[in-house]
Amino acid sequence: MTRRIFGLTVAVVALAGVAAAALSVTGAGATFPYPMYSKWFSDYHKMYAGIEINYQSIGSGGGIKQVTEGTVDFGASDGPMDDTQLAEFKTKRGCAVLHFPTVMGAVVPTYNIPGVTGELNFTGEALAGIYLGKITKWNDPAIASVNAGVKLPATDIVVVHRGEPSGTTYIWVDFLAKVSPEWKSKVGVKTAVNWPTGLGAKGNEGVSGQIKQTEGSIGYVELIYAIQNKMSYGKVKNAAGVFVKADLKSVTDAAASAAADMPEDFRVSITNAAGKGAFPISSFTWLLVPEKIADPAKKKAIKDFLTWMLGPGQKLTGPLAYAELPKSVVAKETKAIAKIQ
Amino acid sequence: MSSSVTVPKSALPQRRAQSFISRLKSGEELAYLITVTAAAVIILLTALVLYELIAQSGQARHKFGWSFLFTSTWDPVAGDYGALPFIYGTVVTSVMALLIAIPFGLGAAIFLAEMAPPKISNAMTFLIELLAAVPSVIYGVLGIFVLVPALQKSVVPAIKSVAGSLPIFQGTFYGVSVFSAGIVLSVMIVPFIISVSREVLLAVPRDQREASLALGASQWQTIWRVVMPNASTGITGSIFLALARALGETMAVTMVIGNAPQIKASLLAPGNSIASMIASSFTEATDDLFLSALVELGLVLFGVTFVLNGLARILIMTTQQKGAHK
Repeated sequence: MTRRIFGLTVAVVALAGVAAAALSVTGAGATFPYPMYSKWFSDYHKMYAGIEINYQSIGSGGGIKQVTEGTVDFGASDGPMDDTQLAEFKTKRGCAVLHFPTVMGAVVPTYNIPGVTGELNFTGEALAGIYLGKITKWNDPAIASVNAGVKLPATDIVVVHRGEPSGTTYIWVDFLAKVSPEWKSKVGVKTAVNWPTGLGAKGNEGVSGQIKQTEGSIGYVELIYAIQNKMSYGKVKNAAGVFVKADLKSVTDAAASAAADMPEDFRVSITNAAGKGAFPISSFTWLLVPEKIADPAKKKAIKDFLTWMLGPGQKLTGPLAYAELPKSVVAKETKAIAKIQ
Repeated sequence: MSSSVTVPKSALPQRRAQSFISRLKSGEELAYLITVTAAAVIILLTALVLYELIAQSGQARHKFGWSFLFTSTWDPVAGDYGALPFIYGTVVTSVMALLIAIPFGLGAAIFLAEMAPPKISNAMTFLIELLAAVPSVIYGVLGIFVLVPALQKSVVPAIKSVAGSLPIFQGTFYGVSVFSAGIVLSVMIVPFIISVSREVLLAVPRDQREASLALGASQWQTIWRVVMPNASTGITGSIFLALARALGETMAVTMVIGNAPQIKASLLAPGNSIASMIASSFTEATDDLFLSALVELGLVLFGVTFVLNGLARILIMTTQQKGAHK
């Protein structure tokens, strides 16, 4: 009798053990797409109960570092890895790293000007001039000339930027460097720069809070943040000369116009993209996947997820206010999935 | 007291072994061993932290050398880093916090220990110790949403109208500044000063107070000239504790200081502190030199704490010596 009970217990425990052995894939990185990734991974797990993808939003820098060290199976970053980082990955892990764009984001200029309630137009040069500290008053001709009919006061411009390194900053300064050679040489492009002027605030919340409290201030926030918090933001002039307001469509258009010249590895900046409807301060966010994955189960799981992400996954982006990838980019990426060995 | 028999050195090894065993059995040796190990572990941990700080900051130290302490640029694009604005911000906010917190803290401690009826004293002490337990993020949030607007609307215009010509109060005030950070810090460190000082003041023997009153001194004279000098070592201990917290405070400072790596004479300008810079940049630092520079900032903070504590101790010692000669 005791032997039977013992045998049954062993059988039950063994079965439970087998049932609980789900495949676990880990990833870490960017905070910007975290809400989207969170939904994707949980929906994917609901469909395929045997696969569990865990994601930690520790920041783009952390994502790049951890995937290079091999502590996570894939990374995520708002900015593509540069050549030094690619070389370091190759030395440490013995293979290349592939970039897969997942969703798109944009950065918008937001402001608080006494007496101005509508949407302002900004040219890229004006934004660069403001952030370089050269344009100091709101009624400066560079701003007034493109805002006919708006009464701009002679208030000082208070510049607000991010105090800590962030992907949002990277997209913003990438755009400024493209429209202003002075910005490119004097300040440069990175997730954190030596700001010529302005106050630093912490996170999108810090920037918007500071702007609400400070008259005459201007800052930049993620488009999604602006939409969800019903903030008013300005239009920006794109490379085709049109003043475009950022929304999900204009952001997707930016990638569509860049798709034709997109490099094979998708490491491209799409700020200041051509195309009449394109919003010029847009960007991809990428998943960083090693080219060679040793574990066959993990490799299949990641490849299947990427295929799903490019298909049904893209349909889930709208409700969360992320812009989906254009079809041309999706087609290129689907081919690139085959590169994972 | 050891329970062993005092055995002369010339005693046979057998008898010395026996007394050792008896000490071992009585728990003396064990107690000694445990306490020595505990103390050694603390020292070892500190040494390990220092070692890691030095090792991980190697790349930045080799590139910049001592000039890291005197450079004002913080340029991640060019790979040029300097700690001076952060050292300035850390020292200024901490000193300002202490200057505000010490009078308020000591005053409150004296009231609670000497003048308040016991029930009020106990109730208020409980509330003040609750203040010490509030997480620093909450202080940061209160700082942004409550303190900064209040400063902008009423306090700073008042200060400017009175002392606006002083260089420390020049310039436009945008809310986030070294001044706001100093005030938030002072609110955070006041509970430490109050609770420790109050305990120390209560521990001063009653007969000291009674003797002073018997000689004709008033209550305030007793407090100032008899009770406080008696409690002075404890009070300075509480001030060191408060200073240590102020120097290392991260979240509350980073939300209200303005994150601008600059040195300005005016307290109303934004600045940055070492802890705040490390906390905000560490996770997103993408290249090794940036990370190494941040770790070196940590090493600098270690040094700044050391130096400030040393200076404070010297200051205390010289004032105590002066007092003794009176």
